[in-house]
Amino acid sequence: MIAVIAFVNAIFEPGFFTSEPVRVALVVGGAVSLVSAVVGVFTVIRGQSFAGHSMGDLGTAGGSGAFLVGANPLWGFVTFAVLGAGAMELFGARRPRGRDTATGIVLGAGLGIAALFLYLGTTHSNTTGATITILFGSMFVIGTSMIPVFVLLSALALGIVALLYRPLLLSAVSRDIASARGVPVRTVGLLYLLAMAVAVSLSCVTIGAILSTAVLIGPAAAALRLTRRPGLAIAWAAVIGLAVTWLGILLAYDSYYWPPLGRGWPVSFFVVALILAVYVAADLVSRNVARHRGRVVSSAEGPAGVGGRAQPMLSPVAGVD
Amino acid sequence: MNETARPGAGREEILSLEGVSLWLSGREILHEVSFSLHSGELTGLIGSNGAGKTTIFKVILGLETPTAGKVLFSGEARPRRNRSIGYVPQSIGLDPDVPLRARDLVALGLDGDRYGIPLPSRGRRQRVDEMLQAVDAQGFADTRVGKLSGGELQRTLIAHALIAEPRLLLLDEPLANLDITSEQEVVGLLASIAKARAIAVLISAHEMNPLLPVMDRVVYVASGRAASGSTEEVVREDVLSALYGHHVDVLHVNGRILVVAGKDEVHHTGPESEHTAVPRGLG
Repeated sequence: MIAVIAFVNAIFEPGFFTSEPVRVALVVGGAVSLVSAVVGVFTVIRGQSFAGHSMGDLGTAGGSGAFLVGANPLWGFVTFAVLGAGAMELFGARRPRGRDTATGIVLGAGLGIAALFLYLGTTHSNTTGATITILFGSMFVIGTSMIPVFVLLSALALGIVALLYRPLLLSAVSRDIASARGVPVRTVGLLYLLAMAVAVSLSCVTIGAILSTAVLIGPAAAALRLTRRPGLAIAWAAVIGLAVTWLGILLAYDSYYWPPLGRGWPVSFFVVALILAVYVAADLVSRNVARHRGRVVSSAEGPAGVGGRAQPMLSPVAGVD
Repeated sequence: MNETARPGAGREEILSLEGVSLWLSGREILHEVSFSLHSGELTGLIGSNGAGKTTIFKVILGLETPTAGKVLFSGEARPRRNRSIGYVPQSIGLDPDVPLRARDLVALGLDGDRYGIPLPSRGRRQRVDEMLQAVDAQGFADTRVGKLSGGELQRTLIAHALIAEPRLLLLDEPLANLDITSEQEVVGLLASIAKARAIAVLISAHEMNPLLPVMDRVVYVASGRAASGSTEEVVREDVLSALYGHHVDVLHVNGRILVVAGKDEVHHTGPESEHTAVPRGLG
């Protein structure tokens, strides 16, 4: 019994569960990462990772602008990301290639504004705190008064994805089939961008504008390695998003007792490092499963070893393609 | 109407195009195209690339609005949201990451245009299983769609289109990129679907020979114009020469039909130009 308590104490440094900022971080940070991960599944399937990244960068402009005028950065993140979503859709027209170019143009403009605002903000208040907060997040300084706003925006993003679940899957398979079936493909796409904008804005606050892409894409990409069913992919992404954030918070809290003593490492670093670890692990698992399946097929259908060996030899050719 | 005397005697007219013309950015893509499709019949939409086949599909699907002429669905104007047309596009460029098994894609055919999250139901599962069986897809029902072979994906997409119980099934170049065995399987499957489900099936192809054994009717398209009827009525030198606007020969070789540019047009598509085309293709 004493051993168990000692073990728990070793992992959870004293005060972890009683600290107010930690509790807020666990609730808000966890929820936000979960939302991002779920929304991100469709970002990956629809091939819109670039748009997702751009929204984080646009958020930087909004967040730093809000900081400059003394408003809560969340409002800046949301305003700019939503405006950016509209601009991307407006300029993007119908061609996927046009969509990429449009995203790039909106992204460039956003970063320009962000540079200006961050410059004005830091020279005006003579501190680099704003830059750090905007770029790398501030999970431990979210006020309890903001919790209802976070909950509402999270529900909005999840609600959109739940509503569009089937049309999004169908148009990911084929835009033509979806529009032939009467799905308003452009409206669905725009609404999805809105959900993405909200999700990215929320994670800009917790994990930071620069790292929000990692929370959007990482858990989803890992989940897609682990399952071939749409519902399970979303469930896996949600679990991974939540787990890496909670574990990241725990490690960040513990890191106050690591060198350099009393400083603590940023949560965002741990979260992103954990996402990378989970993705690599998921990729290894899926490769193992694929190799195992290949061996079963080859032993059943032909001389042993042929099926398993042929694939690695073909991969350099596929890589050139 | 003379339609009752045609091969589709006693069969119901599902769709008709009447004098459909389409202008896009100053160019006439379709010129007074007329034909009709009947239940239980398989119709081939034959023509070379760029002849206007895909545009005809878009007009039927309501994705393009004709500049002139009418598209009638069972004699009536086409409703905006139409579940009675099943559509299988030519290539869907699937991302291998898309988390869908063949059975999930078929299920999306049932209600993929609906909003909200579907509740798992026994009836839904059963219909999907039946459909998978109908296209002989049980063997790869649980495979990720991005990993299916060309023929497997084609069958899955056919099941996806059929499960909504359409009255008309459109397939854009379903035989492109298929090996000969899969080609014959898909053609046989489509012919039996048309008969068994009493639906109209329209297949576009640039090569008519694989379809000859099963085709009840042909719509031949060249430079935006179309001629329709039975193979004997349409694939003739006088009809096709009028369609192309210059003389073409129709040759019957071992039960296959070859349409080639006539002798007075050798400098256009004869052996000579083929020789000059080869190095260009390689370069």
